[in-house]
Amino acid sequence: MSNIQGRRKAAVAVAVVVIVAAFAFLLYGNIDKNVVFFLTPQELLSRGPAAYDVPVRLGGLVQAGSVKWDPEKLDLRFVVMDSGGQSVNVHSTGAPPQMFRDGMGVVLEGRYHRDGVFQATELMVKHSNEYRKPEHGERPKDMYKSLVKGAGS
Amino acid sequence: MTRLLGSGSLVVALGVAIYAALALLAGARRKRTDLLRSGELALYAVWGLVTTATLSMVYALVSHDFSVKYVAMVGSRATPLFYTVISLWGALEGSILFWIFVLTSLSALVTYQNRDRQGTLVPYAGGVLMMISIFFLIMLVGPANPFGLVSPTPADGPGPNPLLQNHILMGVHPPLLYLGYVGMSVPFAFGIGAVLSGEIENDGWIRLTRKWSLVAWMFLSAAIIAGMWWSYEVLGWGGYWAWDPVENASFIPWLTATAFLHSVMVQERRGLLKLWNLNLIVATFALTILGTFLTRSGVLSSVHAFSEGPIGRYFLGFITIVLISSFALVAGNSERLRPTGNLDAAVSRESVFLLNNLFLTAFTITVLVGTLFPLVAEAIRGVKVSVGEPFFNRMTLPICTALLFLMGVGPALPWRAASGDVVKRQLLPPTVVAVIALVVSLVIGVRSPYALAAFSFGAFALAANAREFIDGAAARRRAHGESPPVALARLVGGNRRRYGGYIAHLGVLTVTLGIGASSTFRAEREATLKKGETMAIGPFTVRLDDVYRRDEPQRMVLAAGVTILKGGREVGRMEPRMNFYPTQDQPVPTPSVRTRPAGDLYINLQAFAQDGSNATLRVIQEPLVPWIWAGGMIVVLGALVSLGAGLKERLPARAAVRAPAAPRPATAALEEAAR
Repeated sequence: MSNIQGRRKAAVAVAVVVIVAAFAFLLYGNIDKNVVFFLTPQELLSRGPAAYDVPVRLGGLVQAGSVKWDPEKLDLRFVVMDSGGQSVNVHSTGAPPQMFRDGMGVVLEGRYHRDGVFQATELMVKHSNEYRKPEHGERPKDMYKSLVKGAGS
Repeated sequence: MTRLLGSGSLVVALGVAIYAALALLAGARRKRTDLLRSGELALYAVWGLVTTATLSMVYALVSHDFSVKYVAMVGSRATPLFYTVISLWGALEGSILFWIFVLTSLSALVTYQNRDRQGTLVPYAGGVLMMISIFFLIMLVGPANPFGLVSPTPADGPGPNPLLQNHILMGVHPPLLYLGYVGMSVPFAFGIGAVLSGEIENDGWIRLTRKWSLVAWMFLSAAIIAGMWWSYEVLGWGGYWAWDPVENASFIPWLTATAFLHSVMVQERRGLLKLWNLNLIVATFALTILGTFLTRSGVLSSVHAFSEGPIGRYFLGFITIVLISSFALVAGNSERLRPTGNLDAAVSRESVFLLNNLFLTAFTITVLVGTLFPLVAEAIRGVKVSVGEPFFNRMTLPICTALLFLMGVGPALPWRAASGDVVKRQLLPPTVVAVIALVVSLVIGVRSPYALAAFSFGAFALAANAREFIDGAAARRRAHGESPPVALARLVGGNRRRYGGYIAHLGVLTVTLGIGASSTFRAEREATLKKGETMAIGPFTVRLDDVYRRDEPQRMVLAAGVTILKGGREVGRMEPRMNFYPTQDQPVPTPSVRTRPAGDLYINLQAFAQDGSNATLRVIQEPLVPWIWAGGMIVVLGALVSLGAGLKERLPARAAVRAPAAPRPATAALEEAAR
């Protein structure tokens, strides 16, 4: 009797170990495949061929004068750079955030392709949720008062 | 003045809470009624003091008293009254104040409700609740004091975070979430109290715990749905769930609480899983604190992360203390938590509950690992990573499918053991419905295996749960000659707990249907339109009429006037907007949503030309989205129906506690047979 019970316990223990191991293996394998690295242009470029065609998040600043936006074709091109001066060409389809402008921090989700262009599927403007006083020269209130001239009610 | 009243109340509350915890715990241990009585009074006093502090803060906000630090942070004269009041939970300090207000209110309520209960369970639970309160009061008196002095007093403040004052749901989602999160402290306190008082060996405590778990679970369910709704209505991306760490933080304790609500039935009916249930209660509470840490400490960047202060370390310390002390306590008492029953057969309702718990645990671990992985990777390897949505979807969709299947099997199987005949008779009709749903889905063009699985297993569960109502009402009708609505009402009323559960199942299935349909049949188009130009989506034509500006007291609104046409006929006008707040350099998108039972038309203003000549619109057609919100309400209804059962039980239960507990094996056996 106790022998049968002991065997049953052992069988349950083995089953539990097998299930847990299989689950852990699945978990690890899937997370490994879906980890998205957050990189600066320099870190992206230093990866060489390993950087191509894998999903990454690219963070940097919009280079002054580089933004080309065609509202008809919804085609957006610009250059993102880091403080070290390294830069990457970016292409995306869809409207840029309103007030998208030179020098602002952005985070892009997408893939870097062999032609040297980063194809962004998602474009996020980096701004903190902390409340701060506008710094000198950036008074949002003045900026958006100038929007839609003459159309104001 | 308000400032001194508020901060003074908090300091005194901390002192009184320490006394209350010591008096309740020591009084319960030494069985000293005088200590227990004064501890109880101290607990009520803590509630009164915290309420005073909370009301002082609301008063300071409404009266624009900018000498108070918190008001200077989130207040503004231009903010409408409603958003001024709810900015109480719009930033870190206020949200912790609101948290402790909810916690002490629940503590006082629980203590008052059970004031006549004998034994030391309730005093111990009150002591545990006071210990938790001490932690939050220390934070409020120390690093997160909202009543700090600002000198010189500013004339005006920046107003709340624009994202949090852009939609009325901000007045709904946070309080619900707090009630759900903080509510989980009550079952935890009862669980620990049961171990400390020795009542763990009889099952009386489990009834109290179950009721409070259900209350907290109901609020948490509603909060999660309201959060999805807020994200959908405010963020402008047309989605409602993205496995964002903040969403996960509220979802993970919901999963463990859901597991508990099911497995506790196995304990009540069959005397199994006692140790497991206690662990689930502790884990759920620890996960709510972990969730608060994740969302409040600034380790994640999101709309919920208010600041990067020293708060995080306090929370980590608190979680460590909670985990070590409670698991040590539970492990030390594991001998008393041995099962008093056996698992008789592999095919029975209890084994379905066992599987349900297994899958819910796997679900919990998956979401937890995916959420914490980036933090661990950054701490250990110094790399910044995120875990992509495909991880969550690929891991959890099979689990969801299994849970849907079990949701249909569970109600159909009897306790103890099911014969092959019963299984066949019970499961054949739902299986037929599932096959029909599968065929229909294939015919209307569904090809994704996940969607096919969701629709067919969802239909299976729907049929199985609906059948409980239909068959039960039909039986009553035959037996008593009642009309169908009367039969249905009496059926539910006669066993509120059981049918409340099935109603909650129907709610979850409604949510599943909404999510399945809206993600499978979603259509999306983005285009730049000049005034008068149109674009087509599904049966609709969208025409841009105008782009205009409008000034409101606290913000400037830039809007696109859009006309919706269907079959050449005007069916409505929509106004997607961007709201510009003076303190933010980025506008807040404010999509316009046209809701019909069959689905939503969702328009977001993506961009506009500075001269107002054109606007870029993203138009999304999403079928059955409102069913998700409706499903959430059905879940709440189910929980309320179940809770109604508790009200009826309470009076006889109280009488039974007072009466000498003589064993009555004959009636117990009869009751068991009657089930």
